[in-house]
Amino acid sequence: MKKKKNKKKVRTIQVDYLARVEGEATLYIQLEDEKIREVKLKIFEPPRFFEAFLRGRNFAEAPDITARICGICPVAYQMSSVHAMENAFGVQVEGALRDLRRLIYCGEWIESHSLHIYMLHAPDFLGYPDAVRMAKDHPEIVKRGLGLKKVGNEIISLLGGREIHPINVKVGGFYRTPTRKELQVLLPSLEKAREAALETLHWAAQFDFPDFEQDYEFVALSHTEEYPFNEGRIISNRGLDISVEEFEDYFQEQQVEYSNALHCLLRGKPYFVGPMARFNLNFEKFSPVVQQAANSIGLLPGLKNPFKSILVRSLEVLHACEEALRIVQNYQEASSATIKISASAGKGYACTEAPRGLLYHRYHINSQELIEEAKIVPPTSQNQKIIEDDLFKLLEHSLHLEEEKLQEYCEHAVRNYDPCISCATHFLKLQVERK
Amino acid sequence: MSHSSTPKLAVWKFASCDGCQLSLLDCEDELLAISEKLEIAHFLEASRLQIAGPYDLSLVEGSITTAQDLEKIQKIRQQSKYLVCIGACATSGGIQALRNFQDVKEFSSAVYAKPHYIETLKTSTSIASHVLVDFELQGCPINKKQLIEVILAFLQQRQPNIPSYSVCVECKQAGKVCVMVASGTPCLGPVTHAGCGAVCPAYHRGCYACYGPMESPNTQALSRRWQDLGASRKDLVRVFRTFNAYANDFHKISEFHEKKEK
Ligand code: SF4
Repeated sequence: MKKKKNKKKVRTIQVDYLARVEGEATLYIQLEDEKIREVKLKIFEPPRFFEAFLRGRNFAEAPDITARICGICPVAYQMSSVHAMENAFGVQVEGALRDLRRLIYCGEWIESHSLHIYMLHAPDFLGYPDAVRMAKDHPEIVKRGLGLKKVGNEIISLLGGREIHPINVKVGGFYRTPTRKELQVLLPSLEKAREAALETLHWAAQFDFPDFEQDYEFVALSHTEEYPFNEGRIISNRGLDISVEEFEDYFQEQQVEYSNALHCLLRGKPYFVGPMARFNLNFEKFSPVVQQAANSIGLLPGLKNPFKSILVRSLEVLHACEEALRIVQNYQEASSATIKISASAGKGYACTEAPRGLLYHRYHINSQELIEEAKIVPPTSQNQKIIEDDLFKLLEHSLHLEEEKLQEYCEHAVRNYDPCISCATHFLKLQVERK
Repeated sequence: MSHSSTPKLAVWKFASCDGCQLSLLDCEDELLAISEKLEIAHFLEASRLQIAGPYDLSLVEGSITTAQDLEKIQKIRQQSKYLVCIGACATSGGIQALRNFQDVKEFSSAVYAKPHYIETLKTSTSIASHVLVDFELQGCPINKKQLIEVILAFLQQRQPNIPSYSVCVECKQAGKVCVMVASGTPCLGPVTHAGCGAVCPAYHRGCYACYGPMESPNTQALSRRWQDLGASRKDLVRVFRTFNAYANDFHKISEFHEKKEK
């Protein structure tokens, strides 16, 4: 952290490398006479140009290539890309194959959320630099977190072949589907995980949450019968209700000079995606057991405090365990691992719910089955503006804090969103300049 | 390693997806035990604590794509007793090395409306093309069991036991049916570095070489086999240009097919 002073009393607070987030970013805050002038979340992670080099690739390569955008949520990229391709070719995956896709997504939610709850976010609440050092005082808790994370990875490995960049997802379905017996192996770990998820929720409910509420526009998918994963309309708490194809009519990406990630806005305004948005907009789609668990800690829709996102993530882990159990118990082997695809020229669109929120893909396929154009809007570029807004408001009430505390507080507020910088450049250095 | 205290581990990131460093956190059963043998001195994805170097072991993920990163890797080398590259990005430039075959200016204008804000080099290159490296662990992503073996080997000052044969050998050792022989599915196993455990054939899919080239691969012979199975030159260019496109042997063969195609 650097501190600068001149006649006008300028103060800069800068976190050069934001820790416990995926990828690289800086936070820069400038104060003039103790008034906030600027808050910038600068993503300096180098761009990797996925949308550019997807052009000219075969449509079938999209799930493997786009997975490499993010090692933490590869399944999300695979899901959005295969659904977009199937949309282009006018087909839909149903029955057991659809269930297996939901199951692998459950695995990723459990894995990614447990990683964030225990290893990235809880240390902020309990005052440790990291989970490994937290484990010295709370070994059983950290072990529980690692155990949960492992169950998420077990699902992904069984269905996908391996936990990072699974190899078994393809346009039309899978390369190979598991037998009923193979899938049943997951049952004992899932039952244990469900218990651990409930314990996680009650443990996190005891944390001290800063009193901070904002009036956000929440955006998430909404499906008529289910808590959303791969399908649904895009809705908000302020009346938005559109199909996935209409995404670009309402949401615009904006380039800002200080960041290698694009900011996405809804009708020119910032909006909020991710677990809290899904929770607020889809609460009644949770099973009675999950709803009851939420009620037991007083967690109700209409939630406006982003520091409580850790509770929502814990609840979504519980939901994902339940959903996974349901799918495994009811699984009937599909007659074929994949449906028939006849590729044709066209445009395809898909939005799915990545652990961090809405993930949009659009592709144009030509008559040679090659990708002519690709567009990908990841959750973190959608939340970036909201994160800056939160920091702005949070700082208004916290400037009395000493520098070190202020920095920690800002970092904590950023981690509320579980930002994934690798995705957004597709993150953080905190810099506060005081004038 | 350092004689006095616990050895210091640092994990560094360049252009990458974070997947390879995540592999360390994915060692759910071993992570706490490993952290007792080593001090995690620098690992931004996992910790706020940044303990100054020098470091006994640096794990480097990602490829070099900016001028700042070129400077950063030199400093890391100076501060590290051993430097180990983890993953295809670090060992060959990764998927983002596809830019090396095209015009970067044109690339940034496809993704960003104002490309002049973006600072990037023309190429994405491996760590070894800039500094001396002590070991390269291939894979996109790396295998976490192999990662533990590499860390333990450096702790014990011995050579890591990482076989350099092909995926084909692993496939046979695992007693799996060859997808190329049994169902005529084109497979890159014969030229690809082992380490994944032949996972694709186990799922009835041909290997797509995410572990990069093995030592002296016969890419010509395999190309002919693929052509017999119906692959065009264009297909072959694409097949060798994925996650390890700029690894020497794959780079050469994809250029060969590209020339022949024209
Ligand atoms: S090698 Fe693959 S898995 Fe590893 S960081 Fe690079 S893109 Fe991610």
